[in-house]
Amino acid sequence: MLTFAQDFTRAAARVTADLRHRGLIQRALKSYEVKRDEFKGRYQNWGEARQAASEIKWEAINHLDRYLAEFIAKLEARGTRVHVAGTGEQARDYIVQVAKENQVRTIIKSKSMTAEEVDLNEALEHAGCIVFESDLGEYIVQLRHEKPYHLVFPAMHLTRDEISDLFHRELGSEPTNSPEELTMIARRVMRQNYCRADMGISGANFAVAETGMISITENEGNARLTTSLPKIHVAILGIEKVVPHLEDLALFLPMLATAGAGQPLTCYNSLLGGPRQPDEVDGPEQFHVVLLDNRRTELLADAEQRDALHCIRCGACLNVCPIFKNVGGHSYGTTYQGPIGSVITPHLRGLQNWKHLSSASSLCGACTEACPVGIDLHHHLLQNRRNAVKGKPSWWEKIAYAGFVFVMRRPFLYLASGKLGSIFFPLHKLVRGGPLDPLQGWTRTREFPAPAKESFQVYWKKKKREAGHGDS
Amino acid sequence: MAIPDQREEVFARIREALREPAPHRHADHAADASAPAAADGPPPDADAFRAWLPAVGPTLEEQIALFAQNAAQLKADFRAVASPDEAGRVLATLARENNWKRVATHRHAPVSDLAEKLGLPCLFTDAGYATADLESCDAAITGCDALVAQTGSVLVSGRSAGGRALSVLPPHHVVIAGRSQVVPDLAAALRLARQRYAPDWPSFLSFITGPSRTGDIERILVLGAHGPKQLTILLVG
Repeated sequence: MLTFAQDFTRAAARVTADLRHRGLIQRALKSYEVKRDEFKGRYQNWGEARQAASEIKWEAINHLDRYLAEFIAKLEARGTRVHVAGTGEQARDYIVQVAKENQVRTIIKSKSMTAEEVDLNEALEHAGCIVFESDLGEYIVQLRHEKPYHLVFPAMHLTRDEISDLFHRELGSEPTNSPEELTMIARRVMRQNYCRADMGISGANFAVAETGMISITENEGNARLTTSLPKIHVAILGIEKVVPHLEDLALFLPMLATAGAGQPLTCYNSLLGGPRQPDEVDGPEQFHVVLLDNRRTELLADAEQRDALHCIRCGACLNVCPIFKNVGGHSYGTTYQGPIGSVITPHLRGLQNWKHLSSASSLCGACTEACPVGIDLHHHLLQNRRNAVKGKPSWWEKIAYAGFVFVMRRPFLYLASGKLGSIFFPLHKLVRGGPLDPLQGWTRTREFPAPAKESFQVYWKKKKREAGHGDS
Repeated sequence: MAIPDQREEVFARIREALREPAPHRHADHAADASAPAAADGPPPDADAFRAWLPAVGPTLEEQIALFAQNAAQLKADFRAVASPDEAGRVLATLARENNWKRVATHRHAPVSDLAEKLGLPCLFTDAGYATADLESCDAAITGCDALVAQTGSVLVSGRSAGGRALSVLPPHHVVIAGRSQVVPDLAAALRLARQRYAPDWPSFLSFITGPSRTGDIERILVLGAHGPKQLTILLVG
């Protein structure tokens, strides 16, 4: 079996060479960039807004016990059933149990990366339920038996023709190259599902502690229907989603939309604070909120990287990342792709197995710059590299660095190694880029710089000698 | 078999994790790292946000103009009408042009009067309804809590808009609002909701910002993904 690192390297090499894929992603992200800059430009001071967003999340995360307790108490006071799950398995088991107790057959689901993280659909299907993803992009990748490509744009790697073929094959619809007609096909299918579903499952973007409400951000209206029509609504969210006050959303909702999708505000921002209340005309009879730890507390315990829990999952860091744009979302093999995924996955799934993601970065810092809550992403990648080496130093690196130190401390060896380089370099030409090349990891796709004809030391000595002659 | 709640374990882990304080609280990475961390003052509040978010004029007229501009950009149909009678005429025209056969609404002055005057079969959601019935309606006519100038949003709640589904299931949503409901920004809208409802909040509140949309296919905008394809906002008075 391949390791996660080998999987990643192979997938990345394959996708990077796919110029059609690269063109598709770059076109999609270009239109996002134009819109994002337009709406960012309308802010009177984006930098100050970002600072404030970071401070509010800092307050929430660094007093998480207090705010989470308040959130739970307020929800329970209005008849919501709150379940705190330590692991993904416990979250799955609880939701499957709710489904079984209520004889649930059909489930409609709006987009939730947290549900993806715990493989919720698989568990529910295993228990005999039929699960429909209602978000258009999620529905498309579900029909393809694929994972979401991007945490905000799940199907951005597909063309309209591929989607038309998929709908034709799976739904028997007439082929079309109109995005509008394709959207209407999904709309018709999903309408029936909302009406007959026994249970709706959603995620949440924010958890408002003070009023005990979850906030869901979406464009399509599928989350509103999912949380309105079925008689049971289950929301699954990470414990880090908490914000202290309702009014904090006045900052977070526009920033999430602008950073994440290049919109001034997403189409529907809904607050849900309980099941249907006695004086209300509709809404679910049962409202369950599943709060997931799943090793988030390990990230919380790392004070240096704690701010990674400020993440509002807008995807802005993916959209600007040169690595993401080339290797694509699926190569990562993680629930959360791109820079934020590379930072948090080693915490959520184990550092040694996922440390290779810390190198999936050019360290350009575009991610840190783009983050609307100011997470120090590219430094966290470096910290993960350091921690990985500290935890499990590699024997050949140890030997290589010991050798390096040995040579660097002895000028005559240093000089001699430079000479050796000049002697061996012409021979390197014979094997360059081939299987016998010791540097093939580099030379297969890149030039190796030729050593200078003379070293700086030799040059400097010569220069001084010449100058000395001139003086006399 | 009950699935055990892990509340105590998770809270214990959180408290343990937070024993070590986080090193800094600021987003500004350019700041000198050796400078002392800012005092742990309270985080900024909603009044402070105003200075950073997109600007909104101070007068009601400016705010209505901004709302109209935002609505146009969102492809929502915004019209200011002088009187309830004029609103009724606009509704009648919409009903004719869009060939409405049945509308849905809720008991809420002046919304239900306007809906009933159309002379079409009318579903009221107040006493409960069958989902299939509501789904078969061509338009929903509802009230709202506020219109937000800064974003072109309509704030609705389960109480102001006839429940959760009325404003999202039918393909055309018509909002009836008064001039006094226009507020400058999201912070003002949330404050207004707090004054009106707290602590007995409705279980549902939503900011509706334009008709339902998606960009999931090649990032190309399509209206009417799952919610209404058309959103009309009538500002009366």
